[in-house]
Amino acid sequence: MTAYRIAIVGSGPAGLSAAAHAARLGLSHVLLEKTDHLSDTIYKYQKGKHVMATPSQLILRSPLDFDAGKREVVLGTWNDQTAAAKVNVKYKAEVKAIVGTGAPIEGSVMKIVSRKRDGSTETKEIQRLAPPYRLTLAGGEEIIADTVILAIGTQGNPNLMACPGGNLPHVQYQLDDPTEYTDEHIFVIGGGDAGIENALGLCADPAQHNTVTLVNRSADFANAKDANVKALFAARDAGRISIMTETTTKEIEPGFITLDTRDGEVRARCDRIIARMGSAPPRGFVEGCGVEFASNDRLAFPKLSATFESTAPGIYVVGALAGYPLIKHCMNQGHDVVEFINGNLDLKPADEPILEAKFAALPKGPGGGRSVADWLEYLRTRVSILTGMSALQMREFMLDSSVKLYRAGDVIFERNAPGSSLFGIADGQVLVEVNPSDPSITVPINAGTIFGEVGLISGRRRGATVRAGADCILVEISRNAALKLMSQVPSAAREITRITTERSLLQIFKSGLAPADLVDVIAAAKVETVRAGQAIIREGEQGDDIFIIRSGSMVVEKSIGGKPVFLNYVPAGSFVGEMGVIDGGPRTATVRAAVKSDVIRLAGEPFRALLAAQPQLLDKLRGEMANRTRLNNFIESKKDSFSSVVDMYTGVANFLVEQGVGEATDVLLIDEKLCVGCDNCEKACADTHDGLSRLDREAGRTYAHLHVPTSCRHCEHPHCMADCPPNAIHRGPTGEVYIDDTCIGCGNCQRNCPYGVIRMDKVPPKKPWLLSWFLFGSGPGPGEPSHKWAKKADPAYAEKAKKAIKCDMCSGQEGGPACVRACPTGAAIRVSPEQFLSVALMAREGK
Amino acid sequence: MASTAPTRKAMTGKAVTRAPRDTAHEGFLNHRRARWAKVAGIISLVALLAYMLTDPTPRHNGGTWLGYTLGSIGAGMIVWLSLLGVRKRVIGARPFSLKGWTSAHVYLGLSLIVIGTLHTGFQLGWNVHTLAWALMMIVILSGLWGISLYATVPERLSANRGEVTQQQMLEAIRTLDRQMDLAAQPLGADDAALVRMSLEQCRIAGSLGQRLSGNYTSDGNALALAAISEKVMAGMRSGRSDERLQQIQFLLERKEAALAQTRRHIRMKAQLELWLYIHVPVTVALLAALFAHIISVFLYW
Ligand SMILES: Cc1cc2nc3c(=O)[nH]c(=O)nc-3n(C[C@H](O)[C@H](O)[C@H](O)COP(=O)(O)OP(=O)(O)OC[C@H]3O[C@@H](n4cnc5c(N)ncnc54)[C@H](O)[C@@H]3O)c2cc1C
Ligand code: HEM
Ligand code: SF4
Ligand code: SF4
Repeated sequence: MTAYRIAIVGSGPAGLSAAAHAARLGLSHVLLEKTDHLSDTIYKYQKGKHVMATPSQLILRSPLDFDAGKREVVLGTWNDQTAAAKVNVKYKAEVKAIVGTGAPIEGSVMKIVSRKRDGSTETKEIQRLAPPYRLTLAGGEEIIADTVILAIGTQGNPNLMACPGGNLPHVQYQLDDPTEYTDEHIFVIGGGDAGIENALGLCADPAQHNTVTLVNRSADFANAKDANVKALFAARDAGRISIMTETTTKEIEPGFITLDTRDGEVRARCDRIIARMGSAPPRGFVEGCGVEFASNDRLAFPKLSATFESTAPGIYVVGALAGYPLIKHCMNQGHDVVEFINGNLDLKPADEPILEAKFAALPKGPGGGRSVADWLEYLRTRVSILTGMSALQMREFMLDSSVKLYRAGDVIFERNAPGSSLFGIADGQVLVEVNPSDPSITVPINAGTIFGEVGLISGRRRGATVRAGADCILVEISRNAALKLMSQVPSAAREITRITTERSLLQIFKSGLAPADLVDVIAAAKVETVRAGQAIIREGEQGDDIFIIRSGSMVVEKSIGGKPVFLNYVPAGSFVGEMGVIDGGPRTATVRAAVKSDVIRLAGEPFRALLAAQPQLLDKLRGEMANRTRLNNFIESKKDSFSSVVDMYTGVANFLVEQGVGEATDVLLIDEKLCVGCDNCEKACADTHDGLSRLDREAGRTYAHLHVPTSCRHCEHPHCMADCPPNAIHRGPTGEVYIDDTCIGCGNCQRNCPYGVIRMDKVPPKKPWLLSWFLFGSGPGPGEPSHKWAKKADPAYAEKAKKAIKCDMCSGQEGGPACVRACPTGAAIRVSPEQFLSVALMAREGK
Repeated sequence: MASTAPTRKAMTGKAVTRAPRDTAHEGFLNHRRARWAKVAGIISLVALLAYMLTDPTPRHNGGTWLGYTLGSIGAGMIVWLSLLGVRKRVIGARPFSLKGWTSAHVYLGLSLIVIGTLHTGFQLGWNVHTLAWALMMIVILSGLWGISLYATVPERLSANRGEVTQQQMLEAIRTLDRQMDLAAQPLGADDAALVRMSLEQCRIAGSLGQRLSGNYTSDGNALALAAISEKVMAGMRSGRSDERLQQIQFLLERKEAALAQTRRHIRMKAQLELWLYIHVPVTVALLAALFAHIISVFLYW
């Protein structure tokens, strides 16, 4: 068997570009692709999808062409050019294992930790062997190669049907076109969004005469979006689909399926099975090749050198799997990695000019200008949380961050400014204005450490103004880069947690505390994650721990007359449980998480010692406690006289918390006692935002005539930001979560938002002037124009790319939210939860 | 994760204050503690006092100094009140509150009853001047009707729809139609004809007469349901119950319920708009009459 110089696994933009470059350089190579076509991820995009080529400043180095355009054109170009370049492609060649064939590499042992369902972990050790590598394909065929480029993306493999018959040909794991099937008995396995959407697609048109059954392992559909679950139940009620819950597949035979249900076994006719049981990330396979990941975090990527080499010598990782999800990056890396393998170690990455620009404004320092590599090394060694990063990680990290020189006295951020970025001090010193009424009282923070972490962790506004104490060089780490940093570099995560704990204590309790006072309290502090609905304090129980809410929020309730009554809403950045430490009695109320939250638990014992030493702190807590007791008494007194009002208040509060108001910073509410259904709010939204409305007034949940329409809540920790390839979603200067022009329309954010408030659509052409509509009826009038009109008015409309559209809180508009301004009756208001979930609500319900 | 494109609104670290906005949870009638009710009340009171305390010769009419004053104020107010239709549709970025506008509109509009009427000095007759006054009164009365609807209908509208949108209601009916179509396949010609009646001769909103009376017993679905129910009953009495017919009856009943909900919804939505079909056209007529009134006064008085 001849050994190839390079085996490339995966023919996405990264692998394809690598193979084409290897072909051009005349290196012996093979490109192994699992499917029967190139670039499966892009192949699976929706038909006609407009593929974007961001970032635009980045030059393309690949031998293949790539321009923004239709999916079909992009794939067509690559198919032609791959053939022309004589790339040696092997289709239907899924690589199952990669093992060295050389001698054991001394001291190089791969530890794989797997977590089992019961929470215990198992560690497996693999001795790494030197190259050349043997790649085993699914069919058993073997291939030998000196070096391997792993470019398999992050899509992973669908979880397979494990029951007997699971490998029969009528079991499929994807549904490309639901209209393809008619007159069939189809079982869809899996109650997640993918399964539900497929099942609904198959039964959408009764003319297809499909008998569709959805099979779900658990009793409910906790993993699917509310809107999908509702649509599913509606389809069942309409008799279009059957649902079987608490059911698993026992056996599959041609024409039949046997299911295990709660009431025993059921055998049914079945022509087709569509299994959508999630997919296993490729991590297991990659680790099995000896490639180590940066941490156990779900978000972690493989550890790589500056030349993309993994911990297994000779195995390189590029593309989305290396942490670069944009096509252009993938293609450039494919080119670069082949250059590196071919010995061109001096090659500068394509993003070098972008990084150069980032450092251009910094002082040259002694000894003249620093190179990009010097600057990265300078930052890495100066800022403690960056120390654990590799050179490649630093590069990537820097693309998402910025570095700036501040002169002594410059304000870095102001109190109450929104901001979720973290700052690292590479040089100099900053001053924190701890007393808002007297800016001259400051606390210094020195070079090497960080600040701004409160905004990052809690998602809330800055707690204090910070200015430069001396000239300083600061790295500003965006929220995304910081989250990635924490998942890639465990030591950084620990350090950030330690600092946030100390700082949040100082910030919340203030009262002239110094870090030295807190040593004992912090030593006994624990950060805990609380599920939504879980209680951290239970009424009647004994306990004296104090809790600081780090992220998320809590509701406080008390049982009165046997019913839980809502007392208060506690946002991140506050504390609860002080009564226990002060008066030692049993807990007077229950505190539970409104959304998934992080709390810092402070043990009562050391805290009591702290209180004894710090009388001002005790006074402060007493004051807070008196306030809360007053509120409780007020509500309790109402309970006797106006029991129904208090019930209503509790009902409304619980409803709002259920609707995600607990993680909202700003939410649109509609009082349906006032709403006349004129939809002027929607029209105003469209007219102030490119002709597209970002809210659906009628949709959404309602309780006691209080309606939460489908509109962005501007979450403290926006779910939509989690997985945006171009990183296009940000928090703006007035706290709004918005999407910028770099959106590539992939729809990830739409899938990730639990409230279904993001839509994918294209901007319609400009409408004629309103006056001409008034006078002559030309144009579609106020509000969002119909697609039909848009198509007629602009021939190019049909070809335009769809992008993600969502509420931007009308930031930049002097008048504030247009929906609220435009409501003729005052039914629509936009408020923060603290504003609304207060006793004022009770006054309203009392009316 | 490397976005290098410039962002539209970069964070500056400045505490940018949010644009001020109205977060008060109060309806348009109570806007700012009913500020405009007070203003309108005072205007009316002052006008009334002036009318009673002055005694012009030969009598009160539009031609006295008080008449001119009230007339100018009234005409100005009418023009301003009409501009609500523009304000409502031109949103822009600048601060304003349509709720505040509506509040002022309602109360100042009501004060026109006093101002406009006193302006006439009760000199009514069959002429363009009285026409203007009468049109004004019609607009105002229709406005009153409007706010009485605004005060009562929304709550019922909300209760009727629950969490269902209008589109979902229509979809539900369409789905039932499809199911009925399927279920009718094995039926005999007679029964199938009844089902077709529900499918083809059922109008959701109904005819004008049905809409006004709220009586839909002559609608295709209701007739089909009555006929099928009869057959089902007959079958049961004779001990030969037909399951397929029962299924059809069940579907027809569900459709009848869905229709009822949708009709209530459409009816209430229509109520909330219907009055505007008097309010607005008569406003246009009023503006024309007002113009004629003013021209004729200056030409002939
Ligand atoms: C809906 C959607 C829209 C997007 N739109 C854009 C856009 O407009 N612009 C943009 O820049 N980015 C976009 N992206 C992101 C981009 O598509 C991906 O990040 C990119 O394709 C990753 O490239 P890759 O080469 O690393 O891996 P992939 O493109 O995922 O390719 C991996 C290949 O490896 C194969 N493979 C996997 N395992 C094996 C194995 N064991 N053996 C052999 N072969 C294997 C797969 O079949 C696949 O062909 C979008 C993503 C999605 C999901
Ligand atoms: C002469 C006096 C009045 C004139 C010329 C006038 C004119 C108008 C006009 C042009 C509109 C805009 C309708 C639209 O475009 O949708 C309107 C709306 C309205 N008017 Fe009047 N009006 C008058 C008096 C009143 C009075 C006295 C009331 C109440 C008692 C009233 C209540 C309303 C209401 C509630 C609206 C609807 C607001 C909305 O839903 O946007 N109007 N009026
Ligand atoms: S789009 Fe969804 S996830 Fe993102 S901030 Fe708005 S409500 Fe939250
Ligand atoms: S904003 Fe949404 S659709 Fe646009 S690129 Fe980001 S995740 Fe994809």
